[in-house]
Amino acid sequence: MGKIELQGVEKSFGKVDVIQDVNLTIADGSFVVFVGPSGCGKSTLLRLIAGLEDTTGGKILIDGTDVVDTPPAKRGLSMVFQSYALYPHMSVRKNIGFGLRMAGAPKAEIDRKVEAAASILNLTQYLDRRPGQLSGGQRQRVAIGRAIVREPKAFLFDEPLSNLDAALRVQMRLEIAKLQDSLGTTAIYVTHDQVEAMTMADSIVVLNAGRIEQVGSPLELYNHPANLFVAGFIGSPKMNLIGGAPAAAFGAATIGIRPEHLHVAGDGGTWRGKVTVAEHVGSDTFLYVHVEGAGEITVRAPGEVGLEPDDMVGLTPEEGRIHRFDSEGKALAS
Amino acid sequence: MARRISPTYKISMTVIAWAVAFVIFFPILWMILTSFKTELEAFSTPPKFLFFEWTTENYTLVQERSDYVRYAMNSVILAGGATLLGLIIAIPAAWAMAFFPTKRTKDVLLWMLSTKMMPAVGVLVPIYLLFRTLGLLDTHIGLIVVLGLANLPIVIWMLFTYFKEIPKDILEAARMDGASSWKEVVFVLAPMAVPGIASTILLNVILAWNEAFWTLNLTTINSAPLTAFIASYSSPEGLFWAKLSAASTLAIAPILVLGWFSQRQLVRGLTFGAVK
Repeated sequence: MGKIELQGVEKSFGKVDVIQDVNLTIADGSFVVFVGPSGCGKSTLLRLIAGLEDTTGGKILIDGTDVVDTPPAKRGLSMVFQSYALYPHMSVRKNIGFGLRMAGAPKAEIDRKVEAAASILNLTQYLDRRPGQLSGGQRQRVAIGRAIVREPKAFLFDEPLSNLDAALRVQMRLEIAKLQDSLGTTAIYVTHDQVEAMTMADSIVVLNAGRIEQVGSPLELYNHPANLFVAGFIGSPKMNLIGGAPAAAFGAATIGIRPEHLHVAGDGGTWRGKVTVAEHVGSDTFLYVHVEGAGEITVRAPGEVGLEPDDMVGLTPEEGRIHRFDSEGKALAS
Repeated sequence: MARRISPTYKISMTVIAWAVAFVIFFPILWMILTSFKTELEAFSTPPKFLFFEWTTENYTLVQERSDYVRYAMNSVILAGGATLLGLIIAIPAAWAMAFFPTKRTKDVLLWMLSTKMMPAVGVLVPIYLLFRTLGLLDTHIGLIVVLGLANLPIVIWMLFTYFKEIPKDILEAARMDGASSWKEVVFVLAPMAVPGIASTILLNVILAWNEAFWTLNLTTINSAPLTAFIASYSSPEGLFWAKLSAASTLAIAPILVLGWFSQRQLVRGLTFGAVK
């Protein structure tokens, strides 16, 4: 079991409020991703749950018990750090088994569990090596092995993939998602990479300046962003946000349209503009179009499109894909 | 781009380095040479450098007059005890200051160091009176406490610098793994800081071994270390240079050997934090 509830959680460092009145329920077995720009408090929130920081206010319930005054080790959670945080003076075997050793488990049990974890993570042949002799990906696996061997109520991942190269990151992302699925353990994952968030999460928590902006499944956030911040943060390339007269035409202070929801045509179109940059990446073509009165608009056209800078194009938004926001940035019902 | 170093520059720098090293080492060399001279040759003018009548009689006389082994044992006990006491206090202190700093941590560190700026003689009388009242004069335990505490600021500073280099994440990982503060220090922090702790031990042993002010003032016979042994040769009857040199050579020999074998550790320890 690993249901985690945050009730009015607050944290300040001196006069700076880093986390403000956060309320959240994380269901047992779910994969929740905290995402937000750097400095939004996502790592702090994770550390509060872990017990590595003390809360300033509010309650943190794990399976119904308030753990605010419980030391990290007694909360039954495991954490994977961005820097891996392996013990450099211990072999992989000892690194993975350290938690069990601290818990006073018998040696035979430690050995059995370490071997089992190592075989899941393809680390068996590296068990007697030191972390310094392993590659980045292998180190990350050891860190994950150390987390799973304790059979925790929940895994806490603090940007675990940001030190890996792009290819390895995609591979590890998949492995972590599969592993969590097969173990069925609750996981909280912190990242600033929204692709990671979208691909791994059952539920995404978008944080900004210490507050939760929106909670929902990846597609809910993509299709129905609650406000301008979420609209701009989720999706890549970023959603085009247009104010002024074009927005007023739709009865909103600001309208948002994703680059992939704009159709390009030589003639006609809702808006007309001049291509300033055309990026050809093969699978897609990214066009940056300057539209008078609306500013620069990004368009993602599938496949190869034969357009170059200075070409005039017409842009037509897809039916029902325009997001409308009021003057306070809140989404208006469509 | 690597800087090109001309052979002339290299040679001249080597010569200068050797010259400086020789100047620094010369007093010790002179002392060793003097210890093999007769008393008469020891202060002859002009001084004789190598061509004199070599003799080991000073060493025999020194050993006959005083019990070198007993003094040396006292030095070992005092230096070892003071170092151990220092570490027992300094490791937790440096750990707390490195990983749980407060607004005042820097001030505390500076304040501790500032106590080293005060001349020891300033507190001689109060300490002497305290020792007399507590019956600690000329005892091992009394001197171990004084030497241990006198060096404590330096020991804490050194360990603090070392501990600062250890990533906080690793200690947090240990905490998540269920290690208590005590186990965190013993199983994770201390093994990772072994080179630093070793240099600190070494430096502290050397400082305590060479400490003369407190050892001369607070001991007479029972706990007198090698510094007192040397001092006993500057007597009211006059200075016996050759014997004094023999005694000094005997006194510094163990620490010199220790320093020689561990010079790499020592240099690393002293430059730690300075070289990035």
